[in-house]
Amino acid sequence: MNRKWIVLSTAIAVVLAFVAGVMVFKNRSGQELARSAQDHGEALVRAHAPVYGNPAAKVTIVEFFDPACETCRAFYPIVKSIVDASFGEVRLVLRYAPLHHGSDTAVKILEAARLQGKYWEAVERTLASQHRWASHDNPQPELVWEVLSDLGLDAAKAKTDADSATVTELLRQDVADMQRLKVNRTPGFFVNGTPLTEFGVAQLKSLVERELGKVGGAGRP
Amino acid sequence: MKPSESGFWPPLFAAWLLSLLATAGALFLGEVMGMTPCVLCWYQRIAMFPLVIVLGQGLLDNDRRCLRYAWPLVAGGASLAAYHCLVFYGFVAEGLVPCGKGASCTDAELQLAGGVPIPLLSLLAFTGIGALLGFTGHRRKQA
Repeated sequence: MNRKWIVLSTAIAVVLAFVAGVMVFKNRSGQELARSAQDHGEALVRAHAPVYGNPAAKVTIVEFFDPACETCRAFYPIVKSIVDASFGEVRLVLRYAPLHHGSDTAVKILEAARLQGKYWEAVERTLASQHRWASHDNPQPELVWEVLSDLGLDAAKAKTDADSATVTELLRQDVADMQRLKVNRTPGFFVNGTPLTEFGVAQLKSLVERELGKVGGAGRP
Repeated sequence: MKPSESGFWPPLFAAWLLSLLATAGALFLGEVMGMTPCVLCWYQRIAMFPLVIVLGQGLLDNDRRCLRYAWPLVAGGASLAAYHCLVFYGFVAEGLVPCGKGASCTDAELQLAGGVPIPLLSLLAFTGIGALLGFTGHRRKQA
């Protein structure tokens, strides 16, 4: 029946236009992200940011990180293993993107632990206990202190440091950079300045491989 | 079939196409561009999405009784959209609206790139569909 075909072909045309629109939009926003990363290269890595791995590595993964974010927790061991398996050619620079309620408090506690040389231990404990302190309807970031109690921190100094102007300023700078780089979800990855536009573990690994290839990294295992 | 018997078809098709475009547009804004729908937007979506099916089925079966099922959806959706416009333009205080959680119904980000607010687009879509359906019903009586 002629009219049935009109209906069906119209529906198909709209669906196709939708798919085309999705591709155009994804492409354009990817380019925009890349451009803003290019224009604001200085906002990617700041001297104050924690670094995991060889500080002189040729490939830098910048991760905009939220300690309350479940996907950040899931990615942590993956990113760590990428760095560990790179023979010093890849490093991780953590930047904060406190998008959840209470994340800013958790970040300040982590920074206080960093000042006492216990940063990565503190990050791991904080992520492992995320279900306890970072529930979305009732975040209790103060519980992070309890989680870190076995690290042997000087508690009085840590509490002062967590609220110090230095740590507050560091957090403010990270949030400003996050906005400048248009990171609106976590984890937000950049590898040597190239944003990870298609999100996923395999995509992150292949982006790292590509950047390693560009800088002439030695044979990969 | 004689043309007089199916005179309702073209305006019904236009109404269906409008609902299809509105649905695709809402899904594009929400799922692709990542604009979280506010509570009022959700209620309007609940009224808009089924219209694609109800009117589409009416077109495929050449069944004008689909109007009967479409009217409540159109009326509900148009009322919600009108209310949303009042909220958006500040004629009604947002405190009366249950959208404290998630996206705000008066958020300036509700502006499209073209500068047309989404609630207004929704109102235009629902009233457009309503007018076309009225036309469809009128054609039926003539036939």
